[in-house]
Amino acid sequence: MALFEAEALHMRFGRRVVLERVDLRVEENVFAGIIGPNGAGKTTCFNVLTGRYRPSRGRITFAGEDITGMTPQRIAQKGLARSFQIMTLFDEYSARDNVVQALPDMRAMAWRTDYPVASDRRLSAAADEVLESVGLGARAHVRAKELPYGDRRALEIAVALASRPRILFLDEPTSGLGATGRTRLRNLLMRLKGTLTIVAIEHDLELLFSLADRVSVIQWGQVIAEGTPAELRADPWVRRSNLGKLQ
Amino acid sequence: MLPSPQASPYLVTPTIATLLLLLATVPFWIERAGLYPYLGVEILIWSIYALGFNLVLGYAGLPSFGHGAYFGVGAYAFGLAQFGLAPNLWLCLLAAVLAAMLAGAIVSLFVSHRRGIYFALLTIAFGQAFWFVAIKWHSVTGGEDGLLKIARLPVELGVARVDLTSNVSLYYFVFAVFALVLIGLWRLVNSPFGRTLQAIRQNETRVTFLGYSVWWVKAAVFTLSAAISGLAGALFAMAQMSAFPDVMSLHHSGYIVMMTLVGGGLVSFWGPVIGVFAFLLTRDIIGTYTTAWMFWFGLFFVTVVLFKPEGIAGLIRDVSDAAARRWSPGRVAVPAREPGE
Repeated sequence: MALFEAEALHMRFGRRVVLERVDLRVEENVFAGIIGPNGAGKTTCFNVLTGRYRPSRGRITFAGEDITGMTPQRIAQKGLARSFQIMTLFDEYSARDNVVQALPDMRAMAWRTDYPVASDRRLSAAADEVLESVGLGARAHVRAKELPYGDRRALEIAVALASRPRILFLDEPTSGLGATGRTRLRNLLMRLKGTLTIVAIEHDLELLFSLADRVSVIQWGQVIAEGTPAELRADPWVRRSNLGKLQ
Repeated sequence: MLPSPQASPYLVTPTIATLLLLLATVPFWIERAGLYPYLGVEILIWSIYALGFNLVLGYAGLPSFGHGAYFGVGAYAFGLAQFGLAPNLWLCLLAAVLAAMLAGAIVSLFVSHRRGIYFALLTIAFGQAFWFVAIKWHSVTGGEDGLLKIARLPVELGVARVDLTSNVSLYYFVFAVFALVLIGLWRLVNSPFGRTLQAIRQNETRVTFLGYSVWWVKAAVFTLSAAISGLAGALFAMAQMSAFPDVMSLHHSGYIVMMTLVGGGLVSFWGPVIGVFAFLLTRDIIGTYTTAWMFWFGLFFVTVVLFKPEGIAGLIRDVSDAAARRWSPGRVAVPAREPGE
């Protein structure tokens, strides 16, 4: 059974159909990629899958449970985390505090008003461990808004990882990064690969194809092709589209 | 790069201890400074109100512009409980807090889904509705005449009874309540709940996707803030020995916003308290020279918003940071202070 599955998803805004009969299956510990040209419906698909939008029709299951129409917070509580194309960090907080806020232990204490967060060494140690894993260990104390762009991208992923998800959705994680930043992020994703289930939208096809086990191609709100990177390279639909430059 | 502000692990910080010690001495010197003890009572009551209000505005980033309603509900509930239930201080204070909390909880159900301008407009609309009820429900509220002859009930401690009819004794009672609220809120803003509030202010979407129930947190903080405002309102009714609909009006709700912003509630825990001091001292000091003191405070407010939106607390922070850099040139940066500090 797939860990995450979407069946016949439809999404429309008014009279405009954005997603039409999208099917997606993601097995446990697989790195799945989603590609497609701008405006194809990739981010809308992500927003539907992660609970931001309720699909007009269709069904989404996560670990065997129907999560269609659930609120994002309930889906997150079940073990789904995501990053955003436009970075959504707590800019006034340090990198460490960003991660602390995302820890499940912190969330479990969200209603406590009598407990000083700063006295909890477990929280800061757990946060530092996550920051180390994304290469931000030395910058734990720096405010998020003071971090360089590449570090902010890494922190975005660290915040998502801190919630200890079973599945991680990454929306264009390399967006805005230069060559060095992309290499660093690729190395990070390579380390994460196999340790948890990852679904990533990415425009850098070389990078995605080097990481992904399976890739879905979205065009005109539909999945027009799906397979391993090697299969997609040979797919006539993909070759005819502007994604054919991969050849 | 500036080091980020950290949450404080301490229940009482040197700043809290110094402020409380200073305030404890106020009745001994306030008259020699050309002022009067009742001003101290007013400052403490408005400080309680402003600290409670800043939970919503400064910490959660929710622009509530109708908070006078809860202050007024507390004032009326204190008087009505005194006349209708029993003339017991603790019972009447409890009734005021519960009534304001209930009013805040009801309003929070409607406003917590909203943010920004829609949140602000809804809070104004509800505030006006409460004010209108206070004006028109003459048989209960006394209409525009308000509730008169509210007594300063004595503090019943079982073995002892403290009379509060003098302004000095009332000052010390209000001071005790202020100290409890201050320390309690300091602990709260540094707790997981307080940190989550600040996270919501910074990025509500991210907090939602981290699995927090943002709607409930917003509703809870609004309700808590209303309850604290109601407590301040009850103390105000006791101090003034009356309750009037005026405190629920839009312009009175505006006062608390002005105090909080001028003081620097958006960047400092202390901002609201600084703002209350600035507002009431301006009223009393400039007010002795001209009845148009509000004109001058209004000009000051405009200047602050235009040139120093972080308020007086932000100015103090900049000056102390500059001084720290000057006297410690080896330091790369000075820790910035945010509402958590």
